[in-house]
Amino acid sequence: MFLLKLILRNALRHKLRSALTVVGIAVAILAFGLLRTLIGAWYLGVEASAANRLVTRNAISLVFSLPLSYKDRIKQVDGVEKISLGNWFGGIYIDRKNFFPNFAVETVSYLDLYPEFVLSAQEKSAFLRDRRGAVAGAKLAERFGWQVGDQVTLQGTIFPGNWEFVLRGIYRGLRANTDQSQFFFHWDYLNETMKKTAPRRADQVGFYMIGLAHPEQAAQASAAIDGLFKNSLAETLTETEKAFQLSFVSMSGAIITAIRIVSIVVIVIIMVVAANTMAMTARERIAEYATLKTLGFDARHIAGAVFGESLLIALTGGVLGLLLTYPAAAEIGRRLAQFIPVFRVPPETIWLDLAAAAAVGVVAGIFPSWRGATINIAEGLRRIG
Amino acid sequence: MTSPSTPIVEIRNLFKSYLRSSQRVPVLEDITLDVADGEFLALMGPSGSGKSTLLNLIAGIDHPDSGLLRVGGVEVSALSEGELAAWRAAHVGFIFQFYNLIPVLTAFENVELPLLLTPLSRKERHEHVALALRLVSLEDRMDHRPGQLSGGQQQRVAIARALITDPTILVADEPTGDLDRESAEEVLGLMDRLNREFGKTVIMVTHDPRAAEKARVIRHLEKGLLNHVPA
Ligand SMILES: Nc1ncnc2c1ncn2[C@@H]1O[C@H](COP(=O)(O)OP(=O)(O)OP(=O)(O)O)[C@@H](O)[C@H]1O
Ligand SMILES: [Mg+2]
Repeated sequence: MFLLKLILRNALRHKLRSALTVVGIAVAILAFGLLRTLIGAWYLGVEASAANRLVTRNAISLVFSLPLSYKDRIKQVDGVEKISLGNWFGGIYIDRKNFFPNFAVETVSYLDLYPEFVLSAQEKSAFLRDRRGAVAGAKLAERFGWQVGDQVTLQGTIFPGNWEFVLRGIYRGLRANTDQSQFFFHWDYLNETMKKTAPRRADQVGFYMIGLAHPEQAAQASAAIDGLFKNSLAETLTETEKAFQLSFVSMSGAIITAIRIVSIVVIVIIMVVAANTMAMTARERIAEYATLKTLGFDARHIAGAVFGESLLIALTGGVLGLLLTYPAAAEIGRRLAQFIPVFRVPPETIWLDLAAAAAVGVVAGIFPSWRGATINIAEGLRRIG
Repeated sequence: MTSPSTPIVEIRNLFKSYLRSSQRVPVLEDITLDVADGEFLALMGPSGSGKSTLLNLIAGIDHPDSGLLRVGGVEVSALSEGELAAWRAAHVGFIFQFYNLIPVLTAFENVELPLLLTPLSRKERHEHVALALRLVSLEDRMDHRPGQLSGGQQQRVAIARALITDPTILVADEPTGDLDRESAEEVLGLMDRLNREFGKTVIMVTHDPRAAEKARVIRHLEKGLLNHVPA
């Protein structure tokens, strides 16, 4: 009881100093939490991918395509239940900076493979009926203010020309981590146009999406598919959707590592600053610690008071930083919606933040409490005056 | 009760030195001293002669190099650090030149501090503290923090804190060193009363001849050696 009273009053003794320390820790924890959220957002697409989906693409590189004829052969492979196909379209909406992923896909099978894209029955049938129909994610539609029925023109990059689509549906995500920023349309529309304008590019497929009956068949089915086309003109590389996504993410692996390091550096810096402040505080109170010891209080009392104060200040900053993380993440998520489809503070951030704050408190408190606890009384008393 | 003839403090051939930049500096050399129960002793001497050092040894906050030191029949020089802390809490009341109150605690809480280490109940503690503050005429200031009190008042709070556990001896290191004459008189009057009315043994280090006048025995330290001067 007495110790708590002493800790609390000591913490409030130099209000400005304590407030600045708390704010410093809060800002560090905020930065830490946001950087962690950023890393989490990066991997979210990977987590959202289903374990029973495979992606087959050209073994050389994603920019090379595969013949349409592979579809029937892949379907024969053991364990393959569903198959869809598509091309990365790479169209530009008005301006290059309005980037969002857009694909040409085989519509019925694609929607069947992606139950997490939720489309009303009405919109779905309208989309399937319209050869020039397209579907956009709710976030994407919100970003450009699109309504169902709007005309959307994409300027082709890989496939030249201006491509006009009618938005027939807006899908929502089944889960919070579902990517709601995609845009897709009929592969048939793309393919038939190619047949007319560039026949050599017709019947070419960028990727096959495969649905397995059981996720545990992934390794075996992948090997079987790639085996089919071994030594052919276009060899394939089949991997789980997760691995496929990761191969994108790992391109930016160095950046992720850098962000991770920065997030830790931020904590280390605030540790040093807080430790310095606590050491200064303890130094000023040496005579008080000596007095308490003279009266019969022992090392544990002194260490408890110093350590408690350090923890109290650090955790106050930690909680404040944590509380700021949510509105800050929401605001950043709103502004970066075009680059990061889902920017949500992961639940484990709460524990990571509090653990980081506690670590700051512990590290900052260790040296001063040790000094306070082991101080020689006679010498401590000489510090006055 | 110890009979008046038995000294409450017995010091025999006490030595104390400090290590300064790897050199031993002798501070107290072969000190022998008895303080009778109920005595009011003033320790005087020039600055640096070792007065505070001797007082700290008697009070059990520093260790002698060699020699015998017995207080109230307990051989203080033989106690461990932990035993010493408990012994100090029970037997010694401290009064410092700069009062050494805890600034974030009120007068009441400062006086209560030593009692927190005893098994007394909250109610009993409050009664004791109220009594002690009345004795130093500060019952109306018990909610004030040290910063809100004058130097003399702070020293009176410190005296209340020193006597709250009813210690065997009171040690005071220049208790009036930082006070004006009037406050010093008050503090000295209080210590005199504690000695005369309550029979407390008081050992006081001082530079101030007026302060020393209150004492019944004055001893002079000179370069670590004691000279006897009867009061
Ligand atoms: N912890 C210490 N380490 C090193 N030297 C010390 C220590 N404590 C005291 N001394 C030295 O011992 C000598 C006696 O010091 P002490 O404080 O006992 O003197 P004093 O008589 O109380 O002086 P003053 O009247 O100035 O208070 C001094 O030379 C002092 O520098
Ligand atoms: Mg001194």
